[in-house]
Amino acid sequence: MGYSFLSLVREALRGQTGWRPAWRDAAPKPAYDAIVVGGGGHGLATGYYLAKEHGLTNIAVLEKSYIGGGNTGRNTTIIRSNYLLPGNERMYEKSMQLWEGLEQDLNYNAMVSQRGVLNLYHSDAQRDVYARRGNAMRLHGVDAALLNETGVRKLYPWLDFDNARFPIRGGLLQRRGGTARHDAVAWGFAHGADRLGVDIVQNCEVTGFRISGGAVQGVETTRGYIAAPKIGLAVAGSTSRVAALAGLRLPIESHVLQAFVSEGVKPLVDGVLTFGAGHFYVSQSDKGGLVFGGDIDGYNSYAQRGSMPVVEDVMESGMAIMPAIGRLRVLRQWGGLVDMSMDGSPIIDRTPIDGLYLNAGWCYGGFKATPGSGWCFAHTMARDEPHFINSALRLDRFATGAVLDERGAGPTPNLH
Amino acid sequence: MRIPCPHCGERGNDEFVYLGAAALTRPAADAPAEAWHSYVYLRDNPAGLHSELWQHTHGCRRWLVVARDTRTHAVFSATDAAV
Ligand SMILES: Cc1cc2nc3c(=O)[nH]c(=O)nc-3n(C[C@H](O)[C@H](O)[C@H](O)COP(=O)(O)OP(=O)(O)OC[C@H]3O[C@@H](n4cnc5c(N)ncnc54)[C@H](O)[C@@H]3O)c2cc1C
Ligand SMILES: [Zn+2]
Repeated sequence: MGYSFLSLVREALRGQTGWRPAWRDAAPKPAYDAIVVGGGGHGLATGYYLAKEHGLTNIAVLEKSYIGGGNTGRNTTIIRSNYLLPGNERMYEKSMQLWEGLEQDLNYNAMVSQRGVLNLYHSDAQRDVYARRGNAMRLHGVDAALLNETGVRKLYPWLDFDNARFPIRGGLLQRRGGTARHDAVAWGFAHGADRLGVDIVQNCEVTGFRISGGAVQGVETTRGYIAAPKIGLAVAGSTSRVAALAGLRLPIESHVLQAFVSEGVKPLVDGVLTFGAGHFYVSQSDKGGLVFGGDIDGYNSYAQRGSMPVVEDVMESGMAIMPAIGRLRVLRQWGGLVDMSMDGSPIIDRTPIDGLYLNAGWCYGGFKATPGSGWCFAHTMARDEPHFINSALRLDRFATGAVLDERGAGPTPNLH
Repeated sequence: MRIPCPHCGERGNDEFVYLGAAALTRPAADAPAEAWHSYVYLRDNPAGLHSELWQHTHGCRRWLVVARDTRTHAVFSATDAAV
């Protein structure tokens, strides 16, 4: 079913009785041409682009629970393409360009809002680092503007500019960055993929792989065996566990990242703001709640809930730039499992097992990558080789030394 | 989550700094590149019992080997890494 102005009017007149589900809740077939494991944003986007760009329509996306119940539905919804390293920047910018046309493409309102992402800087040295990153972005044809203090004051006059420890000196602004409605991204890709014939199979957990002669044959699931010559993993925080079923040991640790929502207030933060002297990022939802987060908890976790020291740290960081929120009450807090890679950058590649492909290592930043990741992964699966855009996001880069370490933090996942 | 430091007693985990898996054996200097790749980058990342290194930075500053369940954060033991 399609969504349009006409369908809205029609349903308004019919008492909203004619809407049908946005996608079919398909039962698994015994065999497909390709299977994507994981019904988060990345898996659904992969299914969509496999069908749309590569004409593969006899395919399925298998989700162990309900679609979008993982990180897709838990993140702070920030989208941007402000990376330093070419190997990352071209993929995130591809993603940004796909966001810009996504809703028309999917016929679904994902509430993409290019409200601008502003990274605050607090010292001369930090300004230099941001200028360098802004220049790197512009060399890739991506928009970036370095604002001085006056420029930031025009946008956010109520920030704590004269904070004694972390005075605000300016910021790096990507105007095309912003937010998108996370659930609607999952639903939109599901809707788009379903319309092209992709089976979206929920409550179907992959519990094993059949591999023979070094090539994957199919997957064991809680709903029976399903054969496919090509299988792509897009299971985010569960990557190590699922890959271990195929005998793979990966450069990944699972960590918990928390998010917070305050009570609703009148419009205050009309873009996305980040604190440069700690880790804090905030935007305001259309309902008025401030949506914010900070660092991961910092130790391996599969608990999907956060710890108190990080709650305190996030609140303190927020107070350092916007003391005005001191009296706001926090309504909700939750955690999600992020797949922290050893260099802080993602992996979209083949694996040593023929027909088995890997999409992982998204760390904090995988939501913004959703369309680009799906697009690149679909290409990699369909053509059996990476596209130029994901050609640096290789699994073997840790062995060859071509790591993509934006922060220069070394092989310590909790520092990226 | 609280960690029972063998020297200082049970303390909140914010007194400690986390490094990662403890059960990694450093290869010999002339070991093949694959052994180093595995040591530096590859991790079991289990959902369940994990043996890991924490430093009690805001206490005795000793490195500890902590056995913890990564699904529940239940801490089973903490011993001095050097003893
Ligand atoms: C609190 C928080 C805030 C974040 N904020 C941002 C942000 O502001 N901007 C940004 O860009 N990124 C952000 N991220 C990161 C981003 O959400 C993730 O990197 C991204 O969503 C991961 O890809 P995904 O959507 O496919 O993952 P998920 O939605 O987690 O999808 C993986 C799916 O795989 C399924 N699965 C697992 N095992 C199996 C199995 N054996 N069989 C079948 N299915 C299985 C899971 O149930 C899950 O649905 C945030 C993450 C968190 C947790
Ligand atoms: Zn101690």
